[in-house]
Amino acid sequence: MTNLTVNLKEKIGFGALFLATMAVVVPVLCIIWLIVTRGWSAISWEFLFTMPRDGMRAGGIFPAIVGTFYLVLGSVAFSLPVGVMAAIYLNEYAKDNFLTRMINLAIINLSGVSSVVYGLFGLSLFVVFFRFGVSIISGSLTLGIMTLPVIITTTREALRAVPKPFREVSFSLGTTRWQTIRHAVLPFALPGILTGAILSIGRAAGETAPILFTVAAFYLPNLPNSPFDQAMALPYHLYIISTQIPNIRLDYRYGTALVLVGFVLIMNISAIVVRSKFRKKRW
Amino acid sequence: MLKKIKEFIIERLIFLSGIASIVFVLLIFIFLLKEGISIFKTVGLFDFLSGRFWYPISDPPKLGILPLIMGSLLVTLGAVVIAVPLGIASAFYIAEVASPRVRDALKSCVEVLSAIPSVVLGFIGMVTLVPFVKALFKIPTGLTAFSGSIMLAFMALPTIISISEDAINAVPRQYKEGAIALGATHWQTLYRVIIHGAMPGVIAASMLGIGRVIGETMAVMMITGNAAVIPTTFLQPVRTLTATIAAEMGETVRGSEHYYALFAIGIVLFVISFLINVTADLFLHKDKR
Repeated sequence: MTNLTVNLKEKIGFGALFLATMAVVVPVLCIIWLIVTRGWSAISWEFLFTMPRDGMRAGGIFPAIVGTFYLVLGSVAFSLPVGVMAAIYLNEYAKDNFLTRMINLAIINLSGVSSVVYGLFGLSLFVVFFRFGVSIISGSLTLGIMTLPVIITTTREALRAVPKPFREVSFSLGTTRWQTIRHAVLPFALPGILTGAILSIGRAAGETAPILFTVAAFYLPNLPNSPFDQAMALPYHLYIISTQIPNIRLDYRYGTALVLVGFVLIMNISAIVVRSKFRKKRW
Repeated sequence: MLKKIKEFIIERLIFLSGIASIVFVLLIFIFLLKEGISIFKTVGLFDFLSGRFWYPISDPPKLGILPLIMGSLLVTLGAVVIAVPLGIASAFYIAEVASPRVRDALKSCVEVLSAIPSVVLGFIGMVTLVPFVKALFKIPTGLTAFSGSIMLAFMALPTIISISEDAINAVPRQYKEGAIALGATHWQTLYRVIIHGAMPGVIAASMLGIGRVIGETMAVMMITGNAAVIPTTFLQPVRTLTATIAAEMGETVRGSEHYYALFAIGIVLFVISFLINVTADLFLHKDKR
């Protein structure tokens, strides 16, 4: 009798947990399905590779794709070297002291700061103080600082996974610390670093608030041709065609969402693939 | 010799990059203060935080952010009520109940959710959730705090699930084995033993989820209706702190009171996220001390 109620309780408990999980998972699948099925009809050569026409109600989204490409490239060019070196410092050089604890705290805070606050920061530091103006370089640097924690944490994990004897053997051959890192540690951490870079690209491509006041343009007739030009960007484009311009065909908006989500998800899936290959490896 | 110099330079660069995170956090705070502090001289900190009216472009402007704080709090409260129980329950299911293959599938699904850009969730919310809420409650607009709460709950879920799951997995195996050896069922072990071990991590996960919700900008701006009045119910439009900055910064004149006030809102947001992250970190590292 008691056994029965205990078993019943377990069934009900696990059932409830299962339902909660489904309440999270099913909407996610629905959202992806919705974007793919509704957006697919809008995708065409013209949509991807021509300029917008008729107040962005027709034509393509090419300048937004190009703008996002530049922004992502610029942000990774900044965050990858700084982030990897920061991770090397934390894993290979730093001692367990006050400074290290402050660095860890700072990384946690960088990843927790609201995206729109990054926008304000980029506006006041890069646009106004450094006089870069509203430009690709201001936007890239803002996105770069924002994605720094992603690269630092993934790289640090990758460095941590390199077994200690690798370093000891290298040291025992009389190498300096940097030579050891360069030849006995970094090559083995490369897949992990790559994962971080790919994830940060996905993150930078999708962010809207940090680029609102630092780079994003409503509409530009020409493609940007210098880092000091404004640019259109995919997430901002989706925002304005969803809220600012009336009477835009729904499939045009779904199409833009599909291009953005498609890019971001491809980045994330590549990161998962790289990481799982890396994890299977045994030293 | 040349090699030594090269190495010296590289190690300096590594150190500088190491402390770069500290520098950036300080820079963010300094530059927010630099642009925002002057508003406290003209309006006063207390009046700024407790002023009931946000009319930034009237003459003279009224710059009280209480309606915006209330808007943020209301939306956050709604999102927390939805996301915390769902997130914790899902984390337990993924970590304790699901088979390895199902677990991997569910985790990928959560990862996909965390990867979807907020502007996309905002767009999806606008075309699906907003009309649904409008029809369901028969109200004039579906752009409400309630719609915002639902969408924000989904943005907080990946954070809550993944950190809670880590905390559950970190509970020592012996606890679980001991309970089972004493004759407890899996379910009894789960909610009498494992939940206690995982509690600090679960609390931290919920706090970080809350932090995520308060700082969220695009989706909230697109689906909460943006009315800067003190809300009385969940079914009316509200405007959050983040949405105010995002929506109004483009229209301000650099150096105007309005411009400074938006930076001052940024200071408020920065302080909130700082407090949340530091406290959550204390919970996460509780067991390590």
